[in-house]
Amino acid sequence: MSAAPDNTTDTTDTTDTTGKSERKFKQIGSRPIRHDGLDKVTGRARFGADYTLPGALQGVFVRSPHAHAKILSIDTSKAEKVPGVKAVITAEDLPELPMTWVSQGPAGVDVGANQRVILAREKVLYHGHAFAAVAATTREAAIEAGELIDVEWEVLPPVLSIGAALADDAPILHEGQMTEGAGPPVEGDTNITNQIVFEGGDLDAGFSEADIVVEGVFETEMVHQGYIEPHACLVNAREDDTVEIWCATQGAFGVKGEVATLTGSDPQTIKVTPTEIGGGFGGKIPVYLEPAATILSRKAGRPVKMTMTREEVFRGTGPTSGSKMWVKLGAKSDGTIVAADCRLDFEAGCFRGSPVGAACMTTLSPYKIPNFRLLGRDIVVNKPRVAAYRAPGAPIGSFAAESLIDDLAKKLGRDPIDLRLQNAVEEGDRAKYGPAFGPIGFKQVLEAAKAHPQYKAELRENQGRGVAAGFWFNAGMQSSATVSVSQDGSAVVRTGNPDIGGSRASMALMCAEELGIDVIRVRPMVGDTDSVGYCDVTGGSRVTYATGMAVIDATRQVIDHLRARAATIWNVELDSVEWQDGNAVAVNGSSDISSDKGSLSLEEIAKKMGATGGPIVASASVSPPAAGPAFGVHLCDVEVDPETGVTRVLRYTVVQDAGKAIHPTFVEGQYQGGAAQGIGWALNEAYLWDEEGKVENASFLDYRVPVASDLPMIDTMIVEVPNPLHPYGVRGVGETPIVPPLATVANAMCAATGVRFHALPMSPPVVLEALENAD
Amino acid sequence: MSAPVSRFEAPTEVEAAVALLAGEYGARVLAGGTDLLVQMRLGAGAPALFVDVKRIPRLSSVQLDSNGLKIGAAVSAAEIYENDSIRSLWPGLADATDLIGSTQIQGRATWSGNLCNASPAADSVPALIACNATAVIAGPKGERRVAVEEFTTGPGQTVLERGEFVVEFEVPAPAPHASDAYERLIPRTEMDIAVVGVGVAIELDDAGAVASARVVLGAVAPTAIRVPDAEAALAGSRLDDAALDAAAAASTAAANPIDDKRGTVAYRKKIAGVLTKRVAKTAYVRAQAR
Amino acid sequence: MAKIRVETTINGDAAEFLCAGHQSLLEVLRDDLGMTGTKEGCTTGDCGACSVVVDGRLVPSCLVLAAEAEGRAVDTIEGVADGQKLTPVQQQFLEHGALQCGICTPGFIVAAEKLLEKNPDPTEEEARYYLAGNLCRCTGYDKIIKAVLDAAAVMREEPA
Repeated sequence: MSAAPDNTTDTTDTTDTTGKSERKFKQIGSRPIRHDGLDKVTGRARFGADYTLPGALQGVFVRSPHAHAKILSIDTSKAEKVPGVKAVITAEDLPELPMTWVSQGPAGVDVGANQRVILAREKVLYHGHAFAAVAATTREAAIEAGELIDVEWEVLPPVLSIGAALADDAPILHEGQMTEGAGPPVEGDTNITNQIVFEGGDLDAGFSEADIVVEGVFETEMVHQGYIEPHACLVNAREDDTVEIWCATQGAFGVKGEVATLTGSDPQTIKVTPTEIGGGFGGKIPVYLEPAATILSRKAGRPVKMTMTREEVFRGTGPTSGSKMWVKLGAKSDGTIVAADCRLDFEAGCFRGSPVGAACMTTLSPYKIPNFRLLGRDIVVNKPRVAAYRAPGAPIGSFAAESLIDDLAKKLGRDPIDLRLQNAVEEGDRAKYGPAFGPIGFKQVLEAAKAHPQYKAELRENQGRGVAAGFWFNAGMQSSATVSVSQDGSAVVRTGNPDIGGSRASMALMCAEELGIDVIRVRPMVGDTDSVGYCDVTGGSRVTYATGMAVIDATRQVIDHLRARAATIWNVELDSVEWQDGNAVAVNGSSDISSDKGSLSLEEIAKKMGATGGPIVASASVSPPAAGPAFGVHLCDVEVDPETGVTRVLRYTVVQDAGKAIHPTFVEGQYQGGAAQGIGWALNEAYLWDEEGKVENASFLDYRVPVASDLPMIDTMIVEVPNPLHPYGVRGVGETPIVPPLATVANAMCAATGVRFHALPMSPPVVLEALENAD
Repeated sequence: MSAPVSRFEAPTEVEAAVALLAGEYGARVLAGGTDLLVQMRLGAGAPALFVDVKRIPRLSSVQLDSNGLKIGAAVSAAEIYENDSIRSLWPGLADATDLIGSTQIQGRATWSGNLCNASPAADSVPALIACNATAVIAGPKGERRVAVEEFTTGPGQTVLERGEFVVEFEVPAPAPHASDAYERLIPRTEMDIAVVGVGVAIELDDAGAVASARVVLGAVAPTAIRVPDAEAALAGSRLDDAALDAAAAASTAAANPIDDKRGTVAYRKKIAGVLTKRVAKTAYVRAQAR
Repeated sequence: MAKIRVETTINGDAAEFLCAGHQSLLEVLRDDLGMTGTKEGCTTGDCGACSVVVDGRLVPSCLVLAAEAEGRAVDTIEGVADGQKLTPVQQQFLEHGALQCGICTPGFIVAAEKLLEKNPDPTEEEARYYLAGNLCRCTGYDKIIKAVLDAAAVMREEPA
């Protein structure tokens, strides 16, 4: 992190690596009402679809009826003649970006693939794959025009599962596809795009040391992030070739870059304003609409509004991967886990990019296992390309690993939390992917879970309790912030991170804490790409951490300016002025100070800004090399109806290390929200496919997310083991909560029924059949 | 040629509605719209003419007397469930009505829509059949009555002819010592279409044994179906285990479901039996209390 | 084709608009009247984000045709607050942090106001089942239900 001068009287805890913070916060840890809350409870807050411009056209995608087909020709002439239609586009209207078969750059971004997701070029690769778009004065006219587009298809057999993709005679999605990465080499035409291996120690020796071995094959299905707001944007391509975009996105700068690259435009001409966003969870990081809307707007010479229907969200945006996993653990009879062998096969959808790598990195990293191998494979199938979904990959791998650890505990007759405590990583231990952990809170979280009242609550017939753990490494990435002082002594904080869960309020809290003023006097705002310095996406559980760092940094610079102004007013040296509780204070007994009380409030200094040097503004940018991993442990009590297989969740508790909870209400909210998504994933959520590769349940009626009556109150415990990399000890909290629930629920159901479930979702027919087979 | 635009009419008399429906091939009745408008969004396209029947006073009226209930076809599910008399006289039918969708959907859904949409999984239909309800139909040739049990002939298919629509339902008053119950199985706690639905009405004799029973299954056949063998198994019994097991087995045997995204054949057949037992018990206990 | 002229009342004020026969009330509120507080999440009645009240009845505005509003009273999120004064439901949502992204919030508030009007002292279970038609993906519902139950207590003038 950048070296901000330390001018606060409290000792900063950035250098304190003992994990203990002495700092007493005045506002951090309080629960002010969020600044944007009023607009959200009155309906005034404007989300992606709430914007329009005079003359705006409606843009609609035309989508493939085939899961796998070559596009031989597209004829849009009839569509263009429909009254009200102002533009029709296909991939031909975008510059040709070649596909590459190896990852480009550190993030493995393949712009050729990204472009083909927007509009298919040579092939359609999933049912619902967009291959054209129409802008018209009404939505109905655009849809009618779409139906008049003539396409000559060469229909190909679809690949609809991992097994099908790996079969000897499997249809190959991409000619020329090679497998990148380490691991056993794969020859010839393949649907495996990538292999990743993490290894350590000696696997054979490890297993031969083991007194007990548990193993299993686990399968999960594609599930969707399920945000309630469908994707939406408004694009205005102006007469001077500049482009204005309003869209619901997790990263305005990402949209700017993608639109520039995919449309062949100069990024400098593009301004993106992020609107309020109705949920993302990773799914609103990819760009689906804006490049097409930009070209439509240019062609039509009018603004274009594009919104997805709910059906399009399910058919045409990225869910997360389905998987097949083989996991084997070896342990000594005293409970020490000595060996682990995992193979994770993940569906990438139609282009490479599943989170199998992150799954390999997180799956068994909470445990000290000296001999291990994790082999992950990214496999393409004729389904929508997957997108990030909250701790991508980790919930899936942890489902398998934490189920097996539960099996191990049962076989050894050990308490499941004690077994985990025995094998838990601590500071200094190495994660499976290499780096050593700094101060972490895994053991603390385990102990707190064990002490929680739910762990001792009475269980009755057909009821069972499950425990599971998880972690997410959290991201750093780049952020910028600007803080300025207003003439009345209030402050404005500007950052570029769309606010998904209350981060604006947390930015205001951090600025207010540093300045020593009430958080109500700090106005946080999320800027567009012209108003703020570069910010990476809102995601990776990084905003409170990294953007918070930038805010603190910028605020500390402002404080330096304020001290300097006070020094000017008092005509003293800068180092005889300190900042305490919102005031410049004279110290060191300087007797030359003429001010009557030896202190000046922020308000008083602000009034004199003009006379003492002008406006006070400071900016900061950060790119922290690492963040602080967050560990969580969940408890779940279920009741399973043995006659119907229906499961009810009776009690649920999330225990998680937040480092330092800036706004505890929002931290609790992340814990509860992630748990709820995981419960839905475990019990009822899954994409259902017909034989032709069409999603059968593309609506909230049959894609079954939890409803209010499905869940109990979700208890939360915030553990705080400060992260030394952040001035306040913050760890990201947003993603870890979704990592444990799949196995937590599965372990609870195993306790309730005696049956180990290896596949998700554990829906009633699956459960009933398993119960009947077990008899 | 731009996309056709629907017309909208809201007649205030039955005859006017009949004329509109008979006079236009693409005319559709709009009661709550919770099926019609959803189908429109999912690809069926907008009808040429919406005939909103909710402004016809007869279709909103609720009359209760010693013969039973006469209720307009456009009364919302929410209003039906809020009616204390209906809930106490036909608790199963009220429960079934309350299960049609969310609170918001309840504010719109109607028995007539539920019946005329003719989904095999409609929640109110098994309960209406268990209660021996009759649909009153108005059409170009006048009015006729059709037992709800005979109304649907297949998924999406009813006995309605061109120009006809349901104006009223008649539900006979339950005998003394008679009551009904309805339950359905869904994977979540709310919001799902029934995987299996079972409606049972039971009448007791003076000695407290089952004089007669009506057992109706939903979502396990092309239409809701009565299970005569289950009814026979319950008749004369006090719902001892043997009677209940026989009734359950009869329901399992009678169920003729499909595999679909909501349930498999095997699962549905099993659950038909499980629910038959549970619902019969509830109806029996309620009948004893009357 | 001539549009249909509809005279109605929205949040207590007389209003009129032109609409096509197939247009939903949701569409007209958002696109023609600029009242974007009511949200579109699915258009098939499954998510509750479009909840409004028509003639005192909680309904999904995506499944109400705009033409049906003729002569009826429509109440939306924009009319919930009493001028500058937030209702207890709105206030409790803010205090409990019962919103994260906020897209489901208008629908929940409209529905919760209706719940408490009909049932001033709901149990947790009653509140959950009444609100089951309002989907939230961010919160897991915990703080929403707590906010509703506390709002009920405030409205009964009891300690929350």
